[in-house]
Amino acid sequence: MDLHYSKEYLDFEKEVKAFCKKYDGVTFTDASKNPLASSSSKKKKIQITRSEWQKILIEQGYFARAVPKEYGGYGGEPDILKSRIIATEFSRAKTPAPMGGQGIDMLVPTLLEMGTDQQKEKYIKPTLHGEMIWCQGYSEPNAGSDLAALQTKGELIDGEWVINGQKIWTSTAQYSQMMFCLVRTEPEAQKHSGISYLLIPMDSEGIEVRPLVDMTMKAGFNEVFFTDVKIPETNIVGKRGEGWAVANATLGHERGSLAPPDAIMNRVHMLIDLMKEEKLDGKPLIEHPIYRDRLMKIQGKVMASQSHALRLLSAKLNPGQDVKVGKMIQKLVGTELRHELEGLAIDVMGEIGVLYEDSPHLRDKGSWQFIYMYFLGLIIGGGTSQIQKNIISERGLGLPKEPKIQGVQ
Amino acid sequence: MYFGLSEDQIFFQDNIKKFLEENLSVDILRKIAADDRTFANDIHDGIVNLGINGLLVPEEFGGLGLDILFAAAISEALGYGAGASPFIGSYVMAPLAIIGGGSDEQKQNYLTKIASNEVKFGVGFSALTGARDNSEIQIKGNKISGRSLFVLDYEYATHFLISDINGCIGIIDAQANGIDLVELKTIDRTRNVCELILKNVDFKILEQTKNSKNTAEKVIDAGRIMLAADSLGAAQNMINKAVDYAKERKQFGRAIGSFQAVKHMCAEMVAELEPCYALVWHAAHAQKHLPNEARLMACQAKSHLSDVTKEVAKKSTEVHGGMGFTDLLGLHYWFKRIGLNRQLLGTPERVREEAALLQLN
Ligand SMILES: Cc1cc2nc3c(=O)[nH]c(=O)nc-3n(C[C@H](O)[C@H](O)[C@H](O)COP(=O)(O)OP(=O)(O)OC[C@H]3O[C@@H](n4cnc5c(N)ncnc54)[C@H](O)[C@@H]3O)c2cc1C
Repeated sequence: MDLHYSKEYLDFEKEVKAFCKKYDGVTFTDASKNPLASSSSKKKKIQITRSEWQKILIEQGYFARAVPKEYGGYGGEPDILKSRIIATEFSRAKTPAPMGGQGIDMLVPTLLEMGTDQQKEKYIKPTLHGEMIWCQGYSEPNAGSDLAALQTKGELIDGEWVINGQKIWTSTAQYSQMMFCLVRTEPEAQKHSGISYLLIPMDSEGIEVRPLVDMTMKAGFNEVFFTDVKIPETNIVGKRGEGWAVANATLGHERGSLAPPDAIMNRVHMLIDLMKEEKLDGKPLIEHPIYRDRLMKIQGKVMASQSHALRLLSAKLNPGQDVKVGKMIQKLVGTELRHELEGLAIDVMGEIGVLYEDSPHLRDKGSWQFIYMYFLGLIIGGGTSQIQKNIISERGLGLPKEPKIQGVQ
Repeated sequence: MYFGLSEDQIFFQDNIKKFLEENLSVDILRKIAADDRTFANDIHDGIVNLGINGLLVPEEFGGLGLDILFAAAISEALGYGAGASPFIGSYVMAPLAIIGGGSDEQKQNYLTKIASNEVKFGVGFSALTGARDNSEIQIKGNKISGRSLFVLDYEYATHFLISDINGCIGIIDAQANGIDLVELKTIDRTRNVCELILKNVDFKILEQTKNSKNTAEKVIDAGRIMLAADSLGAAQNMINKAVDYAKERKQFGRAIGSFQAVKHMCAEMVAELEPCYALVWHAAHAQKHLPNEARLMACQAKSHLSDVTKEVAKKSTEVHGGMGFTDLLGLHYWFKRIGLNRQLLGTPERVREEAALLQLN
């Protein structure tokens, strides 16, 4: 065990600290009202757009570090330790993190790995700059957990893909310029080998997006209908019929990024502050042993997750450390933990905890209640908790599959 | 020995369930949640027409003279159908407070009018159940000042019933001078709560509550049992929906209910919820017949049901997959109802604390 950074990294840490100080209080002129978005500080020193912020971060090498310069990245060596230092210092200084989302977290890594040169040139840069938003068109009404059952059809006619069918639960489709989409192109082939991974401009003729309100009362996701939508033959990643493998590469990226433990620990600290302020019968909640114990218990779990993340990091730096099962548990543990923590905050506030929207007496813009519900969505989205448990037990522990299942993805 | 609801109770309960099933579809719930008062009024009128307002009012004042077990059966039915209408404050806590604390004249006046639905009460007891945001009630002679947070059933209120921290309860006229009513918005937009800011408002104290907390405690106990029963009904509805969905929905070429993971979620929910029926009934029965256990059982019913139903709300949503998270099915109306009930009249921890203290003396 050696947790020390070498001089190079200590210097880097200093540099990042200085950067955070310089941009202390930066706010965005196009900030979203989503309570999930990192809340901006009160001192309004520097005002820029989100896209400008992305560019500053890339220039500095704090974002898209290993993406080649020609595609809009920093063009450096991948350095997981530096990535970690950046994440830690940003979080400590409350410096806004770079934008995420399905384009940046899922599509860019996929294109880097499997895209053509032309696709990389065309899509990566605007995506990194936050100028091209992507949505993920995987799920369909009859293909959720059983994703490979998807039926949206793509036919190659006169050098164009012609797409017909329907997607559902497509997050952010209503704001997106592009969709990466799974489409059945080889109807004769076996379930998993008949699928292709296509890139679809959302302004194509024949696409209709219908927003769906979710339990938070926001339209977080959509139904997307395709009627004879035509896109160029070249808008395919990987080969025809190999979309399943391409999709699986990206699903891995999504599952890792849904509930990072550092973000949960930030919320733990926010909750400690809240419990110092909120009073029950005149006494701060932090002085009520029962609530305090519930909080400390959760903090223990979050600490374990943070330490676990260090162990996973170490395994990347030191080949040979076995963390196979350790990686598989992340989505399950992280989303459940975040949901539990936000739920504790509601109990801590009592009746005030169930206030919502623009109610008087609302705390933290209603974010606790919003995220409590939102994370129930994330427990389901990106592969449900039950599917995660199947994966852990079958692929992780080698337990036999349930009889008569054709394969669980 | 007979442990269970009577035929009359089941009959009344079924009437409420049937009325809500026929008149309160998810579409209408959605409209009510979006503040469409016409629909809310129809539901309220319909439920009052079934007789819930006079439920607990003694027969001599024109009511049905029924007991808390009866009221719990009704509350369960309202929870089951997401009954978007006042009940717990107006028709349970208010008559009980007046029966327990009112002078003969006050009983005659208010109970008769509750039974005839001329008077409707909003109820503010939060000073006693864990006051938040430094809300405080001061009573000086015949005047009341201060703030009462989370006043229940205010939307049709002609009067408010307010308690201070000592359990001294009194009545104010909703039209009186010095009242500032602030609407609060919770996750459950089908039932409304408000804050009352009072400045030297005329206050009619219920005689018997001046020097005794007894009535206030009984009223809160009953309110808590109602909330427990309401969550019980709501949770049962969520389980039923989850089980139906698990039979219908197919993935991997089979009904999702054929996966053990889903089966076990359903079985776990039922195993947790099933004993809750008996606990709620028993606690409600105790209010009249087992005075020594009445308070403890009310506290435990409220806090235990809060915990069980929170878990049911989560799991039954999970059984529905993405569909559970949307407004399409409207499952979240029950999720949120359970969420609000959990926090009203004392959070589970706060109520368990009271339960423990009861057993120290
Ligand atoms: C907030 C949110 C955002 C989303 N965003 C997107 C998006 O951007 N793009 C996209 O394509 N999709 C998205 N989804 C869809 C998501 O991937 C699916 O909802 C999820 O995979 C579950 O599929 P389903 O909803 O069809 O549920 P179902 O698959 O019908 O599952 C219903 C229940 O059955 C259980 N079940 C199913 N199969 C098994 C099995 N083999 N073993 C045990 N239990 C099983 C499930 O665990 C669940 O409890 C999102 C979903 C949510 C909730």
